[in-house]
Amino acid sequence: MDTAQHELEQVVYQRPESLMEVDTHYCPGCTHGVAHRLVAEVLDEMQVRQRTIGVASVGCSVFAYNYFNTDFVQAPHGRAPAMATGIKRCLPDRIVFTYQGDGDMASIGMGEVVAAAARGENITVVFINNANYGMTGGQMAPTTLPGQKTTSSPNGRDVETQGFPMQAAELLATLEGTSYSVRRSLHDPKNVRMAKKALRTAFEVQARGMGFSIVELLSVCPTNWGMTPLQSLKWLEEAMIPFYPIGDYKVNPALAGLRF
Amino acid sequence: MPPKGRIEVNENRCKGCELCTDACPQDVISMAAERLNTKGYHPAELIEAGCTGCGICAIVCPEAAITVYREVSQRAASAEA
Amino acid sequence: MAKEMMKGNTAIAEAAIRAGLDAYFGYPITPQTELLEWMSVRMPELGRAFVQAESELGAINMVYGAACTGKRVMTSSSSPGISLMMEGLSYIAGTEVPMVLVNVMRGGPGLGNIAPAQADYNQIVHGGGHGDMHPIVLAPASVQEAIDLTVLAFDLAEKYRAIVVVLIDGSLGQMMEPGELPPMAPLKTAIPDWAVRGGDDGKRRTLSSIYLNPPDEEVTNLRLERRWQEVQANEVRYKEYYLEDARYVVTGFGSAGRIALSAVRAARAEGIPVGLLRPISLNPFPRQVIADLSERVEGFLVTEMNAGQMLDDVMAAVAGRKPVEFYGRMGGVVPFPDEILGEIKRMVNGQVPMSGHPRDRWLERMPRAN
Repeated sequence: MDTAQHELEQVVYQRPESLMEVDTHYCPGCTHGVAHRLVAEVLDEMQVRQRTIGVASVGCSVFAYNYFNTDFVQAPHGRAPAMATGIKRCLPDRIVFTYQGDGDMASIGMGEVVAAAARGENITVVFINNANYGMTGGQMAPTTLPGQKTTSSPNGRDVETQGFPMQAAELLATLEGTSYSVRRSLHDPKNVRMAKKALRTAFEVQARGMGFSIVELLSVCPTNWGMTPLQSLKWLEEAMIPFYPIGDYKVNPALAGLRF
Repeated sequence: MPPKGRIEVNENRCKGCELCTDACPQDVISMAAERLNTKGYHPAELIEAGCTGCGICAIVCPEAAITVYREVSQRAASAEA
Repeated sequence: MAKEMMKGNTAIAEAAIRAGLDAYFGYPITPQTELLEWMSVRMPELGRAFVQAESELGAINMVYGAACTGKRVMTSSSSPGISLMMEGLSYIAGTEVPMVLVNVMRGGPGLGNIAPAQADYNQIVHGGGHGDMHPIVLAPASVQEAIDLTVLAFDLAEKYRAIVVVLIDGSLGQMMEPGELPPMAPLKTAIPDWAVRGGDDGKRRTLSSIYLNPPDEEVTNLRLERRWQEVQANEVRYKEYYLEDARYVVTGFGSAGRIALSAVRAARAEGIPVGLLRPISLNPFPRQVIADLSERVEGFLVTEMNAGQMLDDVMAAVAGRKPVEFYGRMGGVVPFPDEILGEIKRMVNGQVPMSGHPRDRWLERMPRAN
């Protein structure tokens, strides 16, 4: 019987073991922290913390290796899926995941992630879409919405000259090697719960050797969006979700019967 | 009677983003207006009775700074034991 | 093991496999492709990792990831592909993980052609990506030497936690000649302590090339520089031919060195007191050997399949003590021994000025087509 510290009290929620006991450098209200926590909770629940190797990317999540209580490497900009491939091919019984932002994965690293998915590489990609380049100060990303103002699209993204946003979960779902490609959002408790379930599924796909899995997480960037954290959640819901619908874009039918 | 709960906020980890105060269904979390943590933020705190230990504040907290407890009813506890 | 006829590229591939290669990642490019093809057959049949990557960027970063696990890993490419790998090489150097790279050089710049050249000397020896970094560079001149140096490359990479480049040109990659392969070595079972493995021993490990705090980066830079001093002290390799009584020295690496040897032999047959110094480790460069030679000989002829890239290192070692001449062919053109013999005779019979630059004099002698 688990009654925690108090005789008649149980712990409903506590910080996962797979997170380091350190402060993050993320801005107040940034949902990177939520995404980190969810991944850590999944690693705890699956009891794989001590056989997991993460691959950090370049961008705000460059220091992810300081925050996860697992082995970690740090990849050049966009190359995390290639690095993860090298690790997974050498240590196929380990859990290998990349944690990448939208500039990293959907712009400079699109080649690496598409090729990894097409190979059915047995890795999990956690993809954070916050519609801009966070670390360099809010420039236009491949995910920036049409009309969205950023420091490099000061008049709003003009699709005539700056093109259209990249819908990564849909795009990667078209590849045969992809077993699981879904989009979730981190803007309210219900969606956070759904995001966690998707992350668990993605890691279970890998644990079962079913090939490439990716969870795209719609995320906020209050600082660069110039909003309070609460305003940014609202903007995500109202502006981003219509363009980036939450949904399952590819789910390997073999997952249907699985319970975890 | 709704279950009783409480939260513990790791105050120095809190960045004062207020996501928990907004998400709390009981409206029993607020930012401590009269004190600052080591980062210079007003940390979140439980301000009154009514917490049910639902855990929603912890679910939205980007800093994983909240631990949530819920009382186990006498009957449930003895049944479990 | 008996000698057998082998192509340079496949000999290197099989030598790496026998040296205990755990994982190979590569991308097709001429004149290197046979190496990748050989790996695609042998690695899977031995149950080892092989991936034909989506690009050289993919390949080098797969190597980076694999190297972080402490396994024996390598990739191979040719000049334009090596350019694409520069970013990854710099990260690998900064993370201090071992790897072996084979560069089968071709004509350039740009897409150039697929004929043999040595114009990546500066890119590899003095470069290898951004930041202060020093790859160990080995330049074989025969299939047998390519086999031996490939095996050595893995040991050096692990000893110094460094990148080791086996630098050859397309002619050596494509050439068939007899060679003897080493016996099959068992795969390494010991994992170095720094390697990531998932923390199954209770330790948490991170590998990265990021040191955001400048003093921390400087500590790393100093560690790398001091390790490089150690490499310079212990790993200089070269081969001398007829130098005991030589009054003139020809020097060149790889294929150019091999062709020069024919010219030196021909000159010796005519009674010309000339010898050959063939640097095998281009990095660390045998500069003390050249400095010592410059005290006792009358002149140097540097011959390369480029516009005089090693020339600069030779001149730095000679330090103006003796005249230096240069003869190079470029663009995938391979010099004949007769051309080098002619240059030897010109140097021995004429007056080589101490002023001016050997590259300027060489360009003056080369034909003007436009």
